[in-house]
Amino acid sequence: MLGFALRRLLSTIPVLWIALTLCFFILRLAPGGPFDAERQLPERILANLRAHYNLDKSLIVQYWDYVSGVLMGDLGPSYITDDFTVVDLIAIGLPYTFILGGAAFMLAILVGVLAGVIGALYQNKSTDYGIALVIMIGLIVPNFLMAPILQLVFGVTLGWLPVGGWGGGKLSHLVLPVIILALPHTARISRLMRGSMIEVLGANYIRTARAKGIGARLMITRHAIKPALLPVVSYLGPAAGYLLTGSLVVESIFGLPGIGQYFINAALNRDYGMVLGTVIFYMVLIILLNLVVDLVYALLDPKVRAH
Amino acid sequence: MLGSEKRDALVDALEPQHEDGFAPKGRSLTQDAMRRFRRNKAALVSVFVMLGLVVVALIGPFFLPYGYEDPDWAAFRLPPDFASGHYFGTDQNGRDMLARTLYGTRVSLMVALVATLVSIVIGVTYGSIAGYLGGRTDAIMMRFVDIMYALPYILFVILLMVIFGRNVILLFVGIGAVEWLTMARIVRGQTLSLREREFIEAARAAGLKPFQIIRRHIAPNLVGPVVIFATLTVPEIIVTESFLSYLGFGVQEPLTSLGTLIAEGADVMEVMPWLLGFPASFLVAMLLSLSFIGDGLRDAFDPKDV
Repeated sequence: MLGFALRRLLSTIPVLWIALTLCFFILRLAPGGPFDAERQLPERILANLRAHYNLDKSLIVQYWDYVSGVLMGDLGPSYITDDFTVVDLIAIGLPYTFILGGAAFMLAILVGVLAGVIGALYQNKSTDYGIALVIMIGLIVPNFLMAPILQLVFGVTLGWLPVGGWGGGKLSHLVLPVIILALPHTARISRLMRGSMIEVLGANYIRTARAKGIGARLMITRHAIKPALLPVVSYLGPAAGYLLTGSLVVESIFGLPGIGQYFINAALNRDYGMVLGTVIFYMVLIILLNLVVDLVYALLDPKVRAH
Repeated sequence: MLGSEKRDALVDALEPQHEDGFAPKGRSLTQDAMRRFRRNKAALVSVFVMLGLVVVALIGPFFLPYGYEDPDWAAFRLPPDFASGHYFGTDQNGRDMLARTLYGTRVSLMVALVATLVSIVIGVTYGSIAGYLGGRTDAIMMRFVDIMYALPYILFVILLMVIFGRNVILLFVGIGAVEWLTMARIVRGQTLSLREREFIEAARAAGLKPFQIIRRHIAPNLVGPVVIFATLTVPEIIVTESFLSYLGFGVQEPLTSLGTLIAEGADVMEVMPWLLGFPASFLVAMLLSLSFIGDGLRDAFDPKDV
């Protein structure tokens, strides 16, 4: 098990390195620089700025500096927000993104699995079709459209929930963003869960369990759920990645102060240092989450565990 | 023994069938699949909805009295109104929403089409080469695809848009260039199994070079899965483009797309709900019918899943 984890961890190193190199050189290829302003800066100040941010050295040296910085956990300075490094800004935004994403992740798994199991148990009955309809809506309507609609209905017309802001982390402020972030993944998880649950319920060992007189509840909780969860677990890695990109939109719509908000602003203001740093941070996060998911999968699936 | 008369009668009785083809007429796999597809009501209706949308988006603007970027100085913030000919109303700048919605649909469709083509060209070329050559080349090429998979590609597109300016062509290419990965995987899988078939062996025996074989014998056999997957890619690309436009990284004024329109409409939905409603319904109608068509095609061509 430990060996498997270690191998998987090592295999992510080239992935990260290639991605980092790609991003770095794409950014340096960019026409213009971060200090191109409407009002041209005097030459000497510009030279000082460039020296301060190490932009006057050769590309290879810059690359080397950056990579060794990243290895030490230093993602460089933000070019626009003075006196803040990229790591500082990420650290400020991280808790918000984490709470939002974590809550959405939990919600998606809980509701998705539940809906999937119910759908499988009531296969082709009206309950099943009702769930399928909600799933369809969740999959089709993109989050940037779902958000304003729900804001309008629950925030403005009914006045039940606030339409935006963090509100000191009050639950009522979290409800809409979390639901919108979780919705497409809830839909996909419940679809996967329904399919695999139907397959499992038709398996021989379930028939054996039933023949031995086991009750329906015990049969589901003890025998059916665990193997049926496997496809869901393998979706969770990509889902974590999608949650991060989804949080870009949700944070900017609801005005939440997470990393997504910083990333969008940095990209709109051409703060190259911040953009590069955030992308790298996101990638590390996604790769680590994928790793965790792979390990969980290995723990659940005896076939993988054996290898 | 049958008497000769009886035998003639028998032959006569069988003759007409004989002319029609004595054995029941064979159906190709594609014909079978199309029959299954036609039985799928949702998919069939979706085809017509989609065709209708495409036609309206393409030729509709020619029949409208208003352009998508010309303000009507007599009508600002006008709700949908038949008397003035602004059937979808106007926005804050007096621009006709029907024209803008149709134009936005056109741009969204175009992005989807071009980006899907880009993803097909890259994906099919890459996947068939990897699958056909096999061995170490295949391992390295597919490892690269795995690597690309692990990256949050939407960030890459944003990165590209930030660096090279908000260029529509780049948007096409950027989205297409990151959407080719799944296509490459599917094509590679198909090629791996095609490679072992006799007609490829025959081609090889006839002395054709690998690239001739890929182009003339493998690529034509990939059409089915590629088309199915492409129809599933189109809605994904439409959403991606709208997503980027929504965040402000997509097409720029005066050009517009459904994503941009939705973003603008969402800001004022409390006072002018029609600015959000119409583009949103177009987008949802398009996504819904495309996904029904894609699912229908997949089910029709791959009946074991049904």
